[in-house]
Amino acid sequence: MNLLLTLILTLGFLLGTPDGPDDEAKARRGTFALTNARIVTVTNGVIENGTLVIQDDKIIALGPNVDVPADAEVIDCSGLEIYPGLIDSGTQTGLIEVGSLAETQDARELGDLTPQMKALTAVNPNSVVIPVTRVNGITTVITQPSGGLLPGTAALINLHGYTPEQMHVGDFEAITMQYPVTGRRGRWDRRSDEQIKKDAEKALKKLNDAWDQATLFAQIDSAYTANPETGRRPEYVPAMTALLPVLRGERPLIITVNAAADIVSAIEWVEERGMDNVIFSGLAEGWRVADQIAEAGIPALVGPILSVPTRESDRYDKAYANASLLHEAGVKVAIRTGETENVRNLPYHAGFAAAYGLGKEQALRAVTIVPAEIFGVSDLIGSLEVGKQANLFVTDGDPFETRTQVQHLFIDGYKIPLESRHTRLYHEFLDREPGLMR
Amino acid sequence: MTTRRSPFLPLSSFFILLLFLVLPAQAQETGDVLIQGGTVLTVTNGTLENTDVLVRDGIITEIGEGLSAPSGVEVIDASGMHVMPGIVDAHSHIAISNVNEATSPVTAQVSVGDVLDPYDVALYRALAGGVTTSHVMHGSANVIGGQCETIKHRYGVTVPDLLRMDGAPRTIKFALGENPTRVHGRGSNVVPASRMGVEFVIRKAFTEAQRYQEAWDRYEAEKDRNPRAIPPPYDGRLEVISDILNNEIIIQCHSYRADEILMLMDVLRDFGVKRINFQHVNEGFKIAKELADFGASASIFSDWWAYKFEVYYSTAYNAAILVRNGVVTSINSDSGELNRHLYHEAAKSQHYGGLSEEEALSLITINPAKQLGIDERVGSIEVGKEADFAIFNAHPLSIYAVPQKTIVDGIVRFDINDDPDDMRLSPDPEQAIETAILWSKEDNHQCLHEEEEALDLIDFISGQ
Repeated sequence: MNLLLTLILTLGFLLGTPDGPDDEAKARRGTFALTNARIVTVTNGVIENGTLVIQDDKIIALGPNVDVPADAEVIDCSGLEIYPGLIDSGTQTGLIEVGSLAETQDARELGDLTPQMKALTAVNPNSVVIPVTRVNGITTVITQPSGGLLPGTAALINLHGYTPEQMHVGDFEAITMQYPVTGRRGRWDRRSDEQIKKDAEKALKKLNDAWDQATLFAQIDSAYTANPETGRRPEYVPAMTALLPVLRGERPLIITVNAAADIVSAIEWVEERGMDNVIFSGLAEGWRVADQIAEAGIPALVGPILSVPTRESDRYDKAYANASLLHEAGVKVAIRTGETENVRNLPYHAGFAAAYGLGKEQALRAVTIVPAEIFGVSDLIGSLEVGKQANLFVTDGDPFETRTQVQHLFIDGYKIPLESRHTRLYHEFLDREPGLMR
Repeated sequence: MTTRRSPFLPLSSFFILLLFLVLPAQAQETGDVLIQGGTVLTVTNGTLENTDVLVRDGIITEIGEGLSAPSGVEVIDASGMHVMPGIVDAHSHIAISNVNEATSPVTAQVSVGDVLDPYDVALYRALAGGVTTSHVMHGSANVIGGQCETIKHRYGVTVPDLLRMDGAPRTIKFALGENPTRVHGRGSNVVPASRMGVEFVIRKAFTEAQRYQEAWDRYEAEKDRNPRAIPPPYDGRLEVISDILNNEIIIQCHSYRADEILMLMDVLRDFGVKRINFQHVNEGFKIAKELADFGASASIFSDWWAYKFEVYYSTAYNAAILVRNGVVTSINSDSGELNRHLYHEAAKSQHYGGLSEEEALSLITINPAKQLGIDERVGSIEVGKEADFAIFNAHPLSIYAVPQKTIVDGIVRFDINDDPDDMRLSPDPEQAIETAILWSKEDNHQCLHEEEEALDLIDFISGQ
């Protein structure tokens, strides 16, 4: 029995998973040449047998006939595939450590109108969740506050770095809004339909009042900025100040909205205000009003895909098919998990979307180049192209297939050890010492 | 110990008989079917290409190539399809109208089998994910909770009892750690408030049941020679716990931390209790050797962690470590979301630890069947077993696999091509369009919140 176990263990290590012989404790940069690989660029097709060269933070060359720089560390990727790092368009990574412990949670501030609260401030770069997530090929996430109507400012972060600044991608930040909800908040929500309607109306009024004030505030601020000598300086109102870039179209507004009626209402809300830098998030019932979303031209961060339908009368697979139905209607679709500790399941959310109509290619785009475009950082990340940030991972197969193993991982040019609490516990306890004492 | 008889038994039997006469007959349905030309994943006897499976009266009667359908037997063309045993979910809370009797740390006398709800559309949605058997459990509020019920997903029947898997062993929920100490200790100032208290509550209940049993044994021995012997007072709670001590009920224990699991195994040794399946067991990997040595099994999540402190030191490699150390392991859902893709959850054991296809499939078929004591009847495709199947358009461990048909007792209960959108058995005629339920993450973590009062949870979610 012991011999068998040893054999299995040895085999496991030889197969090189989850950490191969190149596993190291610390991330490092340098010049790396990934040779003989199947390179899935996402934006420029697939290179069946090519080389990709990383220098410092960037991809400096890729193609079928690329010269390997003399100083490059060569990583033979025969039989392996390279993909751009996956992007999750809606998480609370780094903001919540343990789901039930308030002391470990920084996703929510007091009050309903707190757009000035910045997720980037509270992201814990040393969260145990981060390595657990990235070893599955997720290199980049939107991390966002929650609670109230204007929960705060979301940020796009890479899942490596020791300061929030090092993690921040393309300086992308967005104000988040929770559109007033006319659905139930879960199976425990037993308010009457009437009460739900009342609560939503009240919330919408509060939101509109705040928005009108912010619009006025922006006018005052603009007038003052045009004539600082003669004008009167506006009062310090932090929430209003935080909304200025959104009102001026300089910063996107991510609106979380899920019920069909709320989506339609949110579209009207956006159009009435003439806003053109808006992104929808969630969209659990997006498929019901897909044409209207498409017509409004608002991009969508859809998910979680692994979710139950919103109504008992709905077909069982509507949440799986939602991304596909929206895409077919012409909506620009990125995928989000809405997760914290299991953002690592993003490839599986994408895989289910693929299986239920979206197709593998479009599903891959929905977790790479499409979100990069939506967040305005497609010059930096989202595909394998020369000049882009080296955010990529190497697999032994289809990145959405559950059994597939990640073999190498680069974030911002750093070669990241494929280690996490989960792998460390595995190695410690697979054949524990001391064994049974009895 | 002899079984005690209620003096009302003859009378109640009469009424039960009367009920059968009055109720519209809705007898147990079974079907005949020939599943032809599929790739049959037997789980216990390897993979059989291009193989037929014949079912008569809900039982698998023949497995082989080129079988012909007896007259009147429906044929399902499974060419290009993968046929696996119906999935067994060892931890579920669907199809019941109550989950917790959170009024005392020990409530062995109650049973979720008394509150079965055949109208729950979650039964159908799980069918659409290949699930045919679920172990429907009491919640985790109490150290010794209520009895659980093993059901089959016979969606369409409306008599609650017809969901029951008749003859399945009795099971009961235990719970250690944060949930019972929060609900009773911190919630009601009643022991247990700590893991020490949890052990005490179990030892006390077991000892009281022992005394109760002894008192009845003395009475039974005495009553023949002494017609005036007085029976001890009947106690439904201690009756059930006595049955646990007699190994007539399988304990299904909600547990996370290694220390509390070791504690319970020590207690069980002291009382001679042998049948236990630990549920969740996030730290099972730390004591896999002790679990195997005791003969305890483990029913776990594929990858849930960090939703509370006692699961912070978890690893998704739990299944692999447990299996490699010889523990009978299953992957369960504890969720009306997750139970729709247990085949994918099982595949995660290939990602985390490289289990073989057969090992991975065992986690959701024969292993949970063993843990529930029903492995002679379900959990693999073998002649003589009940005809429960999940048919996929690809290998079920592939992310791209889509369930096509699910069969229970030889009857097709889910068919991707035949089922309309609305599969509710009883739509509310007064509500044309239901209010959307925007599922929050909390809903999916049923064990985290199943003991909460509804209103508290709304406050929790909405932050009021």
